[in-house]
Order: sequence, then C-alpha cells, then structure tokens
Amino acid sequence: MPTPPAPVDLETRLGAILSDHAQLEGPLLPILHAVQAEWGYVPPEALPIIAEGLNISRAEVHGVVSFYHDFREEPAGRHMVKICRAEACQARGGHGVEAAAKARLGVDWHGTTADGGVTLEPVYCLGLCATGPAAMIDGRVVARVDEKRLETLLSEVGA
Amino acid sequence: MSKLKIYVPRDAAALAVDAEKVAEAVLAEAKIREIEVELIRNGSRGMLWLEPMVEVEKDGVRHAFGPVTPHDVEALFDTDWDDHTLALGPTEEIDWMKRQTRLTFARVGVIDPLSLDAYEAHGGLKGLRRALGMTGTEMIDEMKESGLRGRGGAGFPTGIKWDTVRLAPASQKYIVANADEGDSGTFADRMLMEGDPFSLIEGMAIAGICVGATKGYIYLRSEYPEAIHTMNEAIRIARARGVLGASVLGSGFTYDMEVRVGAGAYVCGEETSLLNSLEGKRGVVRAKPPLPAIEGFLGKPTVVNNIISLGTVPVIFEKGAAHYRDFGLGRSRGTIPIQIAGNVKFGGLFETAFGTSLGALVDEIGGGTATGRPVKAVQVGGPLGAYFPRSKFDTPFGYEEFDGQGGLIGHAGVVVFDDTADMLGMARFAMEFCAVESCGKCTPCRIGAVRGVETVDRIARGDASAIPLLTDLCDTMKDGSLCALGGFTPYPVMSALTHFPDDFHANAKEAAE
Repeated sequence: MPTPPAPVDLETRLGAILSDHAQLEGPLLPILHAVQAEWGYVPPEALPIIAEGLNISRAEVHGVVSFYHDFREEPAGRHMVKICRAEACQARGGHGVEAAAKARLGVDWHGTTADGGVTLEPVYCLGLCATGPAAMIDGRVVARVDEKRLETLLSEVGA
Repeated sequence: MSKLKIYVPRDAAALAVDAEKVAEAVLAEAKIREIEVELIRNGSRGMLWLEPMVEVEKDGVRHAFGPVTPHDVEALFDTDWDDHTLALGPTEEIDWMKRQTRLTFARVGVIDPLSLDAYEAHGGLKGLRRALGMTGTEMIDEMKESGLRGRGGAGFPTGIKWDTVRLAPASQKYIVANADEGDSGTFADRMLMEGDPFSLIEGMAIAGICVGATKGYIYLRSEYPEAIHTMNEAIRIARARGVLGASVLGSGFTYDMEVRVGAGAYVCGEETSLLNSLEGKRGVVRAKPPLPAIEGFLGKPTVVNNIISLGTVPVIFEKGAAHYRDFGLGRSRGTIPIQIAGNVKFGGLFETAFGTSLGALVDEIGGGTATGRPVKAVQVGGPLGAYFPRSKFDTPFGYEEFDGQGGLIGHAGVVVFDDTADMLGMARFAMEFCAVESCGKCTPCRIGAVRGVETVDRIARGDASAIPLLTDLCDTMKDGSLCALGGFTPYPVMSALTHFPDDFHANAKEAAE
C-alpha cells in the first residue's frame, strides 16, 4: 500500500509538475493525471498547492477531482483490475465474470482486498465489444475473459 | 531471397487476445529457422472474431490466418504458411471484406499505422494537398456537397458546422476531435486512431485550414491506452515531417494539435461537457445557445467533430465530394463504419454504404449469435439507443430511418443479445448507468435516473402499478434534460418495455396468482 508522500517531496514534485504544464490551455486534467501517475492517487495535500498554482479555488480543484471516475482520493491496491460492465460485455457473459471476480477477491466494486493487493473497479466500455467480456489490468487490456481466464489473470497479480 | 512479410496487428482488440505473444513467437520461430522476416505491426482488418489475425504476403498477395495463438506459430511455419487449418485464403477475398465499401477505413489494417510513407503510398495527404489549393468557400462547398453528417450520432451536416466557425470573427479558433467514444458496442474511433492515425491528423488539418483554426485537440478517453500512444506518436511524426506546425506542407498555413486524455466520465462525450473538461473543469453540460461553433473552447469558435467525421474528410478531398455522396440512402450519404458487437458470431467493423437493413447486419454479416441461440434484441447506438426486436429488422441503416422507428443510429454500434437476455434487467442497467454518469446539472437526469432504478425494481418485485410511473418518468427525463444522457436514456428503457412486455409483466402475474 503506498504511503502518503512526505510534505517536502510533495511540494518539490508538484512544483515540477505544475511548471511542466504551465504553457497548456486548460491544464488541470493533465496535471491531475500527472499527480495520479506519480502517487497513485490525488493526495488531499496537493489540492491547495494546485489551486494556488492555477489561481483557482481549492473547491474548484476538489470539484474536478471528485467529478471524474479516474481520479482517486485515496490510494488503491497494488494492482488495479477493471472489469467492463457495459451492454456488449453483458451480452457475452459479463455478469458471470463480474460475479466471479467479486467472489474471488472478496470485495464489491471499488473495494480493495484485505491484503491491499487488488482494487476492483467497474469500467464502462473498453472498446473491445466484439471480443468481450473485457477487462483492464494495471492499464493493460484483455479480452475474451471467461471465468477460467479471469482466474489466470488474477493469479498473475497475486490474488 | 527477399524477406517474408508478416503482419501481426497492434490494435487493442488483437493485443487484448495476446497478439504481442504471437508477434514474439513469429520472430523467435523465424530466427530458429533462419528465415528473414519483416514483421509489420498493422491495425486490425476489423474481423475481430479472427484476432489475432496474422497475414503473410506471398507474391504480393496477403493471406490471412486466424485466430492464431502463440502455440500455432510453429505449425504455421511448418506448412510454409500455406495449407493450415487456420488458413483463410487471400484477405481481400474473404466474404466479410468483399462485401464492404471501405472509404474511411481504406488503410486500416493494411498499413503500418506509424509509417507516414505507407500512408502517402496509399493515398494519404492527397486530400490535404488538394485542400491547400482551394479557398475556404470552396472547401466548405466540397464538405456540403459530400453530404457528410456528424458520425458521433447527432447527424448534423459537417459542412454547415464548419462554415459557422469559418464565418465567426475571432482572434483564435479551435478544432476539437471528440474521441470520447464511450458508447458500449462502439470501437470505430479506437480502430481508426490505432490503425490509421494520420487520417485523423489530415482531416483535422484540413478543418483547421478551412475555418482558420491554428490549434486542435483530440479529447481521447483514458480507457484507450493504445490509441493514446499511437496518436501521440503519429502527431510527433507528422510534426517532424512538416505535416503539422508553422507551415503545413510548406503552405504558410499554421496548424498544430495535441492529445488530451479524459478521465473516465461518459458524459464528456457530449460536446459541451467535453469542452468544459478540456478547459479543466467538471464535465458539466452547457446550455446551448451559444453553440460551440460560436463560443466553444475557452469561449472561442470551435469545430467539435467526431473522429469518424474528421477521419472521413481526407477521402472526401482525395476522391471528390461526388464520389462520397454517391454512396448512401436518402439524406444519409456516404458510408458508415458499423460496429457489430455483443453476442454475435462474426463481430467487428464493417464499413458499408448507408441503407443495409439491420437484419442483414445481424443475421448475414454477423452470422447470428455466438451462442447459437435465437437473437432476442439488438441495441443500436450505444447505451442511449433503443432495443430493436426482430420485427424491426427490416429497418435500413440511416439517420431518418432509425429515427422513424423510435431509435437512433448513434455512433453505429450494434449490440446483439440472445434469448437469455433479461430486458427488464437491461432497462434497469440503462437507468443505473445514467445515474452513475449523470453530470448532475438537470434534475430529471440526476434524480430521475435514481428513481428509475427504484421503479424498475418495483416492477421486478411484481408491482405492475409502477409501469405507468416508469413511462411518466421517461417522458420527464426526455423533455427535461439538456443533453442526450438524460434525454435519451428513455430510449433503451421504453423500447425494452414496449417490445418485450413479457419480461416486465411476468413477475407481476406471478405476484397476482
């Protein structure tokens, strides 16, 4: 489980991220993506610094972080498993894969396993709709996921 | 002896079923056998049930094999890529390919997507070069004559949108490509960006030069990591080769562009939420007017077009508006890349002129269900599209034709369900999805979707009195929402209720007995 960044690290790295994005039009989303890539979530301590850097209110930054499904306000597990819940995957047996994943990991959507190993998130369409059910594991897309393949994939991430 | 040319796709749909391991196996096996191989990582041909589909060039003709697993590679080499059970014959001779009219997707699956030379060798940049010799008015006339309408689903004439931006006086204008392809059952944008990214760049450059915009953005969803990577690489190459930059192909016109990654919000596929998101705000829908064409990104005139609309622009300029316009049906001109998905035997991308019937797409081209069971329903146009029963399968694929049947073509995704589908469950899911993804601006969408789930649950428990309530709620959502999320969620819900009443009444009857 990642630990919150030390204040000095946070300020230094965040300062660099802010200056990297200083020339962009509408820089907030790219900044938040960079922050999440750095720490795995958007640490609450980062919000006032981002707000000051962009000359907007802290509430505005919080509003954006909380609006988008991608941005996490607390750390996730070491591995991220996203399973597609959308219609085309449902038509190909997605419900069975969802249920198997929840049972295997012992968590519901948005949950993290007790050992901090895996976080389970729903995703609404990975664009693999003719080869579903589809999933994304640590940013890598996988398709034709039946319960057997799911078992292999989860074993690979130590679950 | 010349090198053996082998193609292994790098499209996400191929990578998701181990195409990378197949590519590795090909190289390893060739090394063992001391055969010189030129491995080309192409896009996908769109026959997704055959992925990973490997092609081998023999006497200038590409032969297909699929679906290939890493374990098959040794045997394929043993047969000299000839008489193997996975052999499909010459790719272009496969019925699925022969029945298509590929204009927008002409190069997808054919070329290495990141080879600008291959792009040019297959007609790329001809459209842009022609456009550079035209005036803005001539370019608009070409677009209007082509009959191209917004392929995101709204179907607004692209030429008219461009003209509005062109005529709007402003110090800065923008081109925004909507690659927030969130509709389930759609993947045409993804396949185009991964398989022929330069066509999108060329289309956006033509749009920019036409309307006087020097800057473009592709708003690309985070669920598409391969597309993000390929587009970024293609933009870098285009810039290095002078296709983008201070003087596009030496013309003196300035146009450059970049990719912006979304953050998992379905509603950002709606153009005004997309613009807010691009500006770094919550992806909340804006009221129209003002139109984005007048006040768009950062308040400046902005063309917001779908990827397929922009990706079709180069072929319109390359072959002329009339060539494109002469395909199609009624007011739906040209071709449409239809995505056949869900529980279907032959799923994939099928580009054809407008006018093919839904039944032909599902039964003949799609080959019926993958499970072999009867088709129960087909959802056309994503999560906001209607469920069509078999009785409506004679509907021809066209904007007005689907509208006339209480549906929409949307982004042309066709999702097939077999007879095990529970349509009450699908109606519930439509409401649940709307509740999860609502931006919160309009009450009928924000609250209505939550109440919708509860109301469907009441029906599921046998309370038939909740059915008129659901109908009433759908009317309110339809009339009282600014954008298509709240406004169109009633389509799947009401079509499920209307066409599959047994799924809604079964429990009510049981409860009464």
